Amino acid sequence: MPLALQTFPTVKDANATLQAAGTRYLGGGTLVIRAANEGDVSTSSLVRVTDPGLSQIAVAGGKVRLGASVTMAAIASHPELAAIAPAARAVGGPAIRNMATVGGNLFAPAPYGDFAVALLALDATVVTEDGETPVETFLAVRDTSRAIVTAVGFSLPTAESFRFLKVSRVKPKGVSVLSIAALLEMAADGTVASVRIAMGCMADRPIRALAAEKGLLGRKLTPQGIAPALAAAAEGTAPITDPIASAWYRAEVLPVYLGRLLLN
Amino acid sequence: MAKVPVEFTLNGSEKAEFIESGTTLLHALRDKIGDTSPKGGCHQGTCGACSVIIDGELRLSCLTLAETCNGADIKTTAGLAKGGVLHPLQRAFLDAFATQCGFCTPGMMMAAKVLLDRTPNPSRDDVVEALSGNICRCTGYEPIIQAVLLTARANSQNAA
Repeated sequence: MPLALQTFPTVKDANATLQAAGTRYLGGGTLVIRAANEGDVSTSSLVRVTDPGLSQIAVAGGKVRLGASVTMAAIASHPELAAIAPAARAVGGPAIRNMATVGGNLFAPAPYGDFAVALLALDATVVTEDGETPVETFLAVRDTSRAIVTAVGFSLPTAESFRFLKVSRVKPKGVSVLSIAALLEMAADGTVASVRIAMGCMADRPIRALAAEKGLLGRKLTPQGIAPALAAAAEGTAPITDPIASAWYRAEVLPVYLGRLLLN
Repeated sequence: MAKVPVEFTLNGSEKAEFIESGTTLLHALRDKIGDTSPKGGCHQGTCGACSVIIDGELRLSCLTLAETCNGADIKTTAGLAKGGVLHPLQRAFLDAFATQCGFCTPGMMMAAKVLLDRTPNPSRDDVVEALSGNICRCTGYEPIIQAVLLTARANSQNAA
């Protein structure tokens, strides 16, 4: 079924058109065109915005603002974003990274959306014309969200405090078995002062590992120290089953990889 | 469905077509313009056979709408050979037996070209990474990796 594409100079103009039934926003095309190619006829009309502001990366005073159209390749090669580059580099192959956007990643169904896992660990803010929403809240209501995402914002982590791991069967690049992102602040005595852990593929969208976070507080990053967190890691998860791995497998290997991420 | 005009540069020549809105670049190139070098493998962004170079960046033509390419500079594998003389990459693919069924070859060459344009002397890891979005079911990849490294060596010898 043919798609009609409408191009607008500003988000404001496009937001009104996006309210119509059967209309989706076109970012890099790696989700929307893919769905159309697969035979999804629920979309008949596409909307895109050419405002160059959507492709801007701003890093100032420890704060990062990524326009929604910023690509994974742009993040991976940005000199000031080295700490989060591994998460952007984990997405797809080179061609996909030149196309896939920050905004689109927020809507990617599991097993995709590795960068959104990082954004969840970073406690990012999602910006639309309606205002700013914490990424955790946004992910929970994304299916009914109609306002175009214009940017995400977060505090730039240090390379030591941010950790990211993607597990795939195909080397060097493949679809996620799971991905894990962790933001860790250590106290002077070597114990965990604060922690946020996000996981991909452990539900239909990125989720927090709340039980594991709780289990890590005040503990040292040693095999004994992290044991309670690993034992609780799968709590509250509902892993997906797909051709890459079963839900059972994902739940079984999650503590193994979380352990490697924390002890690394 | 309304037709929309598209104009872009394909391998150095100006192209202008009226296409249906929502047509992928892959479809426009193959079925409207007649450049069948990009291949339609999965149409899902997984196989890389449709890879083309748009404004110097590797892209998947199956996931790109043609009308978003207005004014763009597009390069495909059909534009590699000049005046009947094979491009060094094509020569190396032959010499290294990097082509069997040939379906992935145009996409592999586009991915390799972007790499060599930016990194004239890539490491083996650079080549593996650059080709990581392209699937080959025949060769086991090693001859393709060797062909790209061979091209880089030949280029640096010619430059010396």
